[in-house]
Amino acid sequence: MKIFKALMVTTAVSLALMAGTAHAENKKIALVVKALGIGFFEAANKGAQEAAKELGDVEIIYTGPTSTTAEGQIEVINSLVAQKVDAIAISANDKDALVPALKKAMDRGIKVISWDSGVAPEGRAMHLNPSSNPLIGNMIIKLAADQLPDGGDVAVLSASATATNQNTWIEEMKKVQGNYKGINVVATVYGDDLADKSYRETQGLIQSYPNLKAIIAPTSVGIVAAAQAVEDAGKVGQINVTGLGLPSEMAGHVKAGSSKSFAIWNPIDLGYSATMIAYDLIGGAEAKPGAELKMGRMGTVKLDDNNEGAMADPFVYDASNVEEFAKIF
Amino acid sequence: MAKILKNREILLVIAIAALLVAITLRFPGFVAPANLARVYNDTSILIILALGQMAVILTRCIDLSMAANLALCGMVAAMINAAFPGVPIPLVILVVVALGALLGSINGLLVWKLDIPPIVVTLGTLTIYRGTIFLLSNGAWINAHQMSDAFKALPRAPLAGLPVLSWLSVLAIAAVYLLMTRTPVGRAFFAVGGNPHAAVYTGIDVGRTRFLAYCLSGALAGLSGYLWVSRYAVAYVDIAAGFELDIIAACVIGGISIAGGIGSVPGAVLGALFLGVIKNALPVVNISPFAQLAISGTVIIIAVAVNARTEKRKGRVILKKAEAV
Repeated sequence: MKIFKALMVTTAVSLALMAGTAHAENKKIALVVKALGIGFFEAANKGAQEAAKELGDVEIIYTGPTSTTAEGQIEVINSLVAQKVDAIAISANDKDALVPALKKAMDRGIKVISWDSGVAPEGRAMHLNPSSNPLIGNMIIKLAADQLPDGGDVAVLSASATATNQNTWIEEMKKVQGNYKGINVVATVYGDDLADKSYRETQGLIQSYPNLKAIIAPTSVGIVAAAQAVEDAGKVGQINVTGLGLPSEMAGHVKAGSSKSFAIWNPIDLGYSATMIAYDLIGGAEAKPGAELKMGRMGTVKLDDNNEGAMADPFVYDASNVEEFAKIF
Repeated sequence: MAKILKNREILLVIAIAALLVAITLRFPGFVAPANLARVYNDTSILIILALGQMAVILTRCIDLSMAANLALCGMVAAMINAAFPGVPIPLVILVVVALGALLGSINGLLVWKLDIPPIVVTLGTLTIYRGTIFLLSNGAWINAHQMSDAFKALPRAPLAGLPVLSWLSVLAIAAVYLLMTRTPVGRAFFAVGGNPHAAVYTGIDVGRTRFLAYCLSGALAGLSGYLWVSRYAVAYVDIAAGFELDIIAACVIGGISIAGGIGSVPGAVLGALFLGVIKNALPVVNISPFAQLAISGTVIIIAVAVNARTEKRKGRVILKKAEAV
């Protein structure tokens, strides 16, 4: 028994030593995702690997539970603490449940940040949002305006009239509308995120506004239904459908020509930026309101009062890259 | 004149005509033949579903699971097509119609053999069918580019001026009309709903008749599943969420009595068309989205109120004395 105990201690010590030596060489950054096997997160890992390659002395530990549970993530966090990683960048399954485990990690000197899906402020140094409301509002009208050099009538097809996200984005869009000369927002209609109602509302727009040049749909159900309605009405080339959508859902409509481009966050950039920020924090940068953290090729992120920051404009997808991303998410 | 006004179908035709006139005042393009054809095409799926629901309601039952059944069959159709694009579309349709009938028969069996109230049975299967879609698809969408061109093209293909989707609804109307008026089963639907006890004495198996009504509504929901998914070129868990209420509303507006036994195929079709005209008109007449919901609701209440009045007259006092007491 004594021998066994001694053996255990020796192993533990040697393991710790080994971990210690690894620490001196490479910084270990753990990218913890909601669950393994999800295309979106695999893509984020791709970005993290890219960042690691660029930085040179970083090793990425890509991990997560097998199903999207907070319990699973707590186990993963505990094992990462035991492995003495330098930083944890997590997309959380639960805002609050992970806080105690992450606090423990921070007590051990591990830098903790959240990205994509945030953790409550007590449980992380900072949170990286993929984008921000003003950036999204600006992007959706820019997408329409870019295809309309001479201006023209555009309409908005939203989700429901009470949807917080969409209403905020549309409000932000209207604030910057003046920057796009000749772009005339003629109507905002609501498809309630139902395929049939969105389709019908689009048909209504096509009839009511014969000079309509673009439909902006900042909702993934709406943009698909609007594109289909435009195709069925034979208006491909006359009316461009744009807004926010997922590449896998929009690939067919980009190919059909009803949508020239649309936007959504880029998971590769998100994984890349999270890794870069974690590295910056390990290097001694401090996450506090007003601070600017480095994100490599993505520039810098400025933190607000909640220690949250927005990465960038939503990423634009068009015929040149949609097929490639459709395989990812 | 009074006799004409008592005829539910004629009343509905007048209401739809009045509605069209009112819409035209605000948006003249609405009554253009091409647009009316478009409105009919858009309403086709609702018509097919209302026919199935009508059969169920006639037997004093209700089918709340129709939209969930539609969504499940639609998802299965899309998954078959995505996995095996070579499977001919008619075969896919056959499979989903059979699947729909099977799902409907589960409702029917529970109502028939276990005697559970239909509203409870179908509320339960509604959730089960929606849940099954999630299990099948893992919550993922089947998108336009995963479906074959033939799969998406069929309902849109023009045939003698109208898309195939419209023709399929015409076919369904004709078939259900024949079933209702020319076959023993059709008459049994009315008999069972009108007076279940009397139906038993005439040798009709009430449970079996209800079972058949559920099979019919299931099969029509299965067909609609394919049509819905190919028309909107997308399949996911929530398609047609809440549509069961539209289907029941179409039946109620069409004069099919929720108490069973009263109703007609033209009534169901006109009820669906009435809703279809409103749904298609609201986007072009510029009404706030909040008012839209209120308008749809008001129309349904008015329809039910009119129904209740016409049904009341049917009662006959046979014991004057008893009434006086």
